[in-house]
Amino acid sequence: MKVLVSTAVLFVLWVAMTGSFDPQELSVGLIVAAVISMIAPGVAGPEPKKWLQPKRYLYAFIYLFYFLYAMVKANLDVARRVISPRLPINPGIVKVKTRLKTHAGKLALANSITLTPGTLSVDVVGQYLYIHWIDVKSPEVEAATQEIVKGFERFLEVIFE
Amino acid sequence: MSSLLVIVFALVSLSTLMAVYRILRGPTISDRAVGLDTATTITTAMIVLFSQIFHRAIFLDVALVYAVLAFLGVIALARYLEGGV
Amino acid sequence: MIYRALGEFLILVGSLFLFLAGLGLLRMPDVYNRMQTGTKATTLGALSVIMGVGIYHPQWFFKTAIISLFILLTNPVSSHALARASHNKGIPLAKVSVLDRYAEDKEKGLKEGENDS
Repeated sequence: MKVLVSTAVLFVLWVAMTGSFDPQELSVGLIVAAVISMIAPGVAGPEPKKWLQPKRYLYAFIYLFYFLYAMVKANLDVARRVISPRLPINPGIVKVKTRLKTHAGKLALANSITLTPGTLSVDVVGQYLYIHWIDVKSPEVEAATQEIVKGFERFLEVIFE
Repeated sequence: MSSLLVIVFALVSLSTLMAVYRILRGPTISDRAVGLDTATTITTAMIVLFSQIFHRAIFLDVALVYAVLAFLGVIALARYLEGGV
Repeated sequence: MIYRALGEFLILVGSLFLFLAGLGLLRMPDVYNRMQTGTKATTLGALSVIMGVGIYHPQWFFKTAIISLFILLTNPVSSHALARASHNKGIPLAKVSVLDRYAEDKEKGLKEGENDS
């Protein structure tokens, strides 16, 4: 089971990288993927059956658009701050709490936070994230969590947990 | 296309120059590292632009490998700054 | 050729964002704020340039998508590593900063074991 899923994941990655559907390329890719996943079956993560649930892919697809929207907004915000002559910043490091438990989920959350308006993750300790905020609106843990984390957590909980 | 590319390359080169200024000027070692990180990402975008100019897909593979190596380099630099191995 | 115009537009917008990233690197007061503009603006700028080239030449689309996905995954990770390293090294925040919970909690002592939970 584990070997089969990781073979499939590696094979899809191979096809995307080579970008050709020549039978020779495909057969070599299949052999390489099978050998790698026999040696290291852990490449598909600790619970490989998560790859087979279509609901996760649907949410990942919706999340992609939500994320792109947040990223464009973040860049317009950064552009405004950089161009304006007074340099309107009010920075500080705040602490927020997350409900996500898996490593992949926390990684995705930290990356998303880094790429969205005015926030940069500095460290992850257990269930808490330390975040450098370019314009601190609220120093309290709950309010900052509400402001920064909640929007992403809704999607990531379904995708990774 | 060619006049557009002139504008694009002017902007990208200016940006690289500013990153290089940050690398040379400091003031702390982390500032230099951040300048390097930015410069590598800009370089990746530039290599992809080369494939646009010369109409050669091979530069895309070069860009992919460059992105991988730059990422590893920055991570190694961060580990070194932190005092790890 | 509508897709060519779209590709050119994306390349131009991307280079504008790359320029803003350089400007932010020059103007911001401390290392963390520089990282903010450096990471966000270069990621979107590089993404936009690369996808613009991919749309201009549709036969390259797959490969450019792979490169952009890779940049999207690795760029935040490297800036995260740099931010953490600079904070642990003791590089201070700029004078205008209002608070630093991370330093407060480090003084109390972070529970190291939680890092790998």
